[in-house]
Amino acid sequence: MGRYIARRLLLTIPVMLGASFLIFALVYALPGDPIRALGGDRPLAPAVVAQLTEEFNLNDPLWLQYVKYVGDLLQGDFGTDFRGREVLDTITQRMPVTVRLALVAIAFEIVIGIVAGVMAGIRKNGFFDNVVLVSTTLIVSIPILVLAFIAQFTFGLQLGLFPIAGVNDGWYSFLLPGLVLAAGSLAYVARLTRTSIAENMRADYVRTARAKGLPRRDVIVRHTLRNSLIPVVTFIGADIGTLMGGAIVTETVFNLPGIGRAVFDAVRAQEGAVVVGIVTLLVFVFIFFNLVVDVLYAVLDPRIRYE
Amino acid sequence: MSDPKLTAVGHDEVGAGGVTGTHDEEAGARQNSLWSDAWRQLRRNVLFWIGAVLGLLFVGMALLPAVFARGVDPRSCNLSNSNAKPSAEHWFGFDQQGCDYLANVVYGARNSLIIGLLAVIVILVLGVLVGAISGFYGGVTDSILSRIADIFYALPLILGALVVLRSGILGRGVVAVAIALALFGWMTAMRLVRSQVIAIKSSDYVAAARAMGASDARILVRHILPNAVAPVLVYATITIGILIAAEATLTFLGVGLQPPAISWGLQIDTGQSLLRTAPHAVLFPSLILTLTVMAFVLMGDALRDALDPKQRS
Amino acid sequence: MSTASTSLPSGPAPRGAGAPVLEVDDLRVQFRTDSGLVNAVNGVSYTVSERETLAILGESGSGKSVSAQAIMGILDSPPAEITSGRIVFEGRDLLTLPEEEQRKVRGPGISMIFQDALSSLNPVYSVGFQIGEMFRAHRGTSRKEAKQKAVELMDRVRIPAAKQRVDDYPHQFSGGMRQRVMIAMALALDPRILIADEPTTALDVTVQAQVMDLLKDLQRDTGMGLILITHDLGVVNEVADNVAVMYAGRIVERGTVDEVFGNPAHPYTDGLMRSIPQVEVKGGRLQPIGGQPPNLAAIPSGCPFNPRCPRRRTGAEAATGRDCVTDVPPLRLVVPGREAACHYSEEVFGA
Repeated sequence: MGRYIARRLLLTIPVMLGASFLIFALVYALPGDPIRALGGDRPLAPAVVAQLTEEFNLNDPLWLQYVKYVGDLLQGDFGTDFRGREVLDTITQRMPVTVRLALVAIAFEIVIGIVAGVMAGIRKNGFFDNVVLVSTTLIVSIPILVLAFIAQFTFGLQLGLFPIAGVNDGWYSFLLPGLVLAAGSLAYVARLTRTSIAENMRADYVRTARAKGLPRRDVIVRHTLRNSLIPVVTFIGADIGTLMGGAIVTETVFNLPGIGRAVFDAVRAQEGAVVVGIVTLLVFVFIFFNLVVDVLYAVLDPRIRYE
Repeated sequence: MSDPKLTAVGHDEVGAGGVTGTHDEEAGARQNSLWSDAWRQLRRNVLFWIGAVLGLLFVGMALLPAVFARGVDPRSCNLSNSNAKPSAEHWFGFDQQGCDYLANVVYGARNSLIIGLLAVIVILVLGVLVGAISGFYGGVTDSILSRIADIFYALPLILGALVVLRSGILGRGVVAVAIALALFGWMTAMRLVRSQVIAIKSSDYVAAARAMGASDARILVRHILPNAVAPVLVYATITIGILIAAEATLTFLGVGLQPPAISWGLQIDTGQSLLRTAPHAVLFPSLILTLTVMAFVLMGDALRDALDPKQRS
Repeated sequence: MSTASTSLPSGPAPRGAGAPVLEVDDLRVQFRTDSGLVNAVNGVSYTVSERETLAILGESGSGKSVSAQAIMGILDSPPAEITSGRIVFEGRDLLTLPEEEQRKVRGPGISMIFQDALSSLNPVYSVGFQIGEMFRAHRGTSRKEAKQKAVELMDRVRIPAAKQRVDDYPHQFSGGMRQRVMIAMALALDPRILIADEPTTALDVTVQAQVMDLLKDLQRDTGMGLILITHDLGVVNEVADNVAVMYAGRIVERGTVDEVFGNPAHPYTDGLMRSIPQVEVKGGRLQPIGGQPPNLAAIPSGCPFNPRCPRRRTGAEAATGRDCVTDVPPLRLVVPGREAACHYSEEVFGA
């Protein structure tokens, strides 16, 4: 197992480098001069321009700029934005908001998604199954943008139950955006659980469990659920990484000062260092959770052994 | 993990039936029965018909907007009607500029359809090409192509498209948005095709075709790709919906289509600030956008159920 | 119409057996499917006694497995439905018992092993855990003690190094060893009846023999009745006392193995005997049974075997009330100790 993890970690290095270089190239290959743009209407003094250009290595070829960037990154230096603010500061300040948002979303996925999926799967084609089927189709079809407005309008404005923007109410502020962010995955979790359970209910070993005279509860919990939830658990694990990167729209609409909002603002302002820094971090988080999931899979399913 | 069992069952049945006919015929017959079974199954699926009707309405709006807009020009506006509520005469009310909102929403369909179709075509071309090469040749080629897919996969669709569009490399407009979306959306299609190719490559009938001297190209085109059509079709159908939603999102975020283009994303963006006073400004484009996405999701779901024999009991 | 003996559930006197333990009487099972009603079991009756081995022989789709699962109470319903019959175990009709009482019979009373041990064992639990579950579920044994018992059982079914292997998972065992695990699990609570559904079909020939020997030994030790479901004539010949031949959800012939195999009284059994290679008559041609197995959603009228029967008589050549195409032949006594469901058994018998 240790060797497997080591090999997987090695394999992630080119992916990490590739993804961050891709973004780096896109950001720094921009036509136009971000430093001049910084000055707005008032042109900056040539000396200042020269100094900033030197500081950000803008005269080097792209690949050399990238090598220098990665070199700094490895020493924990994410660089500074054009206003001289440390990118790392932005990240550490914004990260907790996004982490909380993702945690709330995952909690919704687990609680609502799995429960709905289990209930639907146990009685396949029953009433509840059809309710789950129709509602998940509906949820999957609603773009997150639209869902955010529906949530804001009904729960926030009409019913007045939740704040519709900002983080002034602690965890409570995260419930509505968390639910919106989770919605798509939640529907997928419900469906995955349902299919997995319905499939496992027909498995030979469940028939064996019944032939052994086990109580119905044991047949379902021990011999159906345990097996069925393996793919669900792994999906949810991997989804943590996806949610962190997918929070742009949610954080924008709900005006949450998280990492998604930060990267969106940075893209608009062409703050290259911030964009590359955050995207690199998000890629790392995504890859990290995928790795965790692979390991988790081996723990949950004894048939899978990584050599 | 349940695959070995399924194969074993399938194998038994084939064995019992005996080997008859040439391999081409066998593969062909299997495909035929798959599609006719699927169609029989689809016809009985209510959700499929709901999706199909919604989809037709959407395509109709895109092709003949004047009909659906009841002949109103979306750009003939009167500021005195600004944000007026829906009425019997103007079903969707008016937008901030005092333009008939029904006409504006209807005329938004065309850009959505073009971007959705264009992006999905690029995705399919990229996905099938890279996936087939990767799966068929394996080895180093596969490793490299798969790692490249991993790189793109690690970047979220919206974030990637956002950066590309903002960089201006692709320029602006409908084609740029479609290509930006395809650039960060082709990996799933690639993986789908790749895994199908790998699975079928090692099957007995491909081995037989190879033994009879068929070329690589012939094996790919005659034997392997037809088997990948079903899952790719399902994926493509649902993906059109997702791409249309993504386009609206990008436009909402300010990097997609720009005014004076007519787009649901722009309408939602403008309406956002009016949520308290004129909720219909967000409601109608959102509703039509959702129904459009739903059309493709419903059709794709129904197709998957119909084409996946494992789901049948 | 029929002779009195056909309505009796008890067949011919079992050879060398004790008191009857299980009586199945006129069992009927239907499946409701999209393509209509499938009549999987159509009035099956038999008894199994202590120490008896009853083989149920038939091709796939003959209803042999479905009837066994009906006895175990593990049919999925829907789509399956037991439409009539009695399953009397130790004097109680299982079909009228509450579900909870039925459950308590499964394991200590009647136990079952399946064809494919790999898919029939749960992949995510160790074999020791799965064997031990029997004690924990039925006797409330502690986890630790259950594991101890599991080791003993694994020893008893001759799994080498049981103590070391008790924590292994099913996929880590060979096919034969996995089937032994199944057997250990099924025998954990000393059942009175063991149903073995194609227990050796998935195994190599050499391993088959070992597993059958093990089953025979265990039966001798415990005195249980064994219902052996199989399509393997060789296995039946070697281990069974009595045999019931099934076709289209019915028993078409029944008797001791030696007699049925030596001198069939039903054309289907006769056909089966002629379709197997025999060492003695090397060089002779095998005679497969012509035609297709019956479609259980549309069983032929009259004798279900009539479309494939070389001795079919219909119309003018048939005796009154014995037209193979219109009259269903009842299972009737042909000679003492032998029943067959054919209008013209006497002609087949001794032919």
